[in-house]
Amino acid sequence: MWRSIIPAGVFAVLVGFFVVGLYRDPSQVPSPLIGKQAPAYTLPRVEDPALQISNSDFAGKKHLVNVWATWCVECRREHAVLLEIARQNVVPIVGLDWKDELPLAQQWLQQLGNPYVATAFDPEGRVAIDFGVYGAPETFLIDEQGKVLYKQIGTLTMEIWEQEFLPRINGQPNGQTS
Amino acid sequence: MSGYRILAALLLSLVLLQSVYAVDDAQPLADARLQTRYENLARQLRCLVCQNETIADSSATLAGDLRRELREKLVAGQSDEQILQFMTDRYGAFVLYKPPFEQRTWLLWLGPVLLLLIGVTVAFTVIRRRARMVVDAPDEMNEGDQA
Repeated sequence: MWRSIIPAGVFAVLVGFFVVGLYRDPSQVPSPLIGKQAPAYTLPRVEDPALQISNSDFAGKKHLVNVWATWCVECRREHAVLLEIARQNVVPIVGLDWKDELPLAQQWLQQLGNPYVATAFDPEGRVAIDFGVYGAPETFLIDEQGKVLYKQIGTLTMEIWEQEFLPRINGQPNGQTS
Repeated sequence: MSGYRILAALLLSLVLLQSVYAVDDAQPLADARLQTRYENLARQLRCLVCQNETIADSSATLAGDLRRELREKLVAGQSDEQILQFMTDRYGAFVLYKPPFEQRTWLLWLGPVLLLLIGVTVAFTVIRRRARMVVDAPDEMNEGDQA
């Protein structure tokens, strides 16, 4: 009796592990920044590098920080979604142009449209490292106190926007509970 | 005979090479001790773009940026612990090739020991039962006949 139950049990446990493993995406590494203060930054603006943009410009406002680059193929697909989100006018979107070239980035915004209230230019990727960025696109939702509420790794879609972002934007007007 | 020796020497040099080859083509740090620590740290950190490589092995741009970060922090006089903390604060414990022993990872660390214990227990009971079976063999055969 035991002889057949034990191996079957072990097998069932293994199958359980494998099934869970199958539905997990190993490329999605959870960010340790969730619930913590977003990194401070001051960078030149893509639109006009003589001007600067800083995290303090958005203090007291819920906003998105979207990491993109002209070399990022998925970012081109995502751009239409960002334009649509910007049209909804729910939260301002701040761009973080990661390891890019200024003329290409400026051309990108002129040709495809500009969903960002401002775009920070990070050619050396230092601010991106502070944000724990390891691929583009990535999108952070930051609350009024500057805390990271959510991080989307990979292309933002309208579905993800409605399911993950909007409830977090609407649910906690004060952003005080975690 | 000499063929074996050459083969052995080659294999040995390959093993030694593992710890000698340069991490990247960046200018080596002036202080040789810092360079050693740099290469050592680079081999402990995971490149998150290509998850099965360390930032020492990876040619991804992010790995290059993180190596630059390593060098700058070493030159600035930071300790290995400070640098690893900097990386885990941003990228999580997954960035460490050798994860810390904590609540989330105890099974990972103790799993092999547990499996070994289970294996030893199973082997032990099976061997003991076999030994007893040899002694009791005639009885068991009788039982089998009756069933």
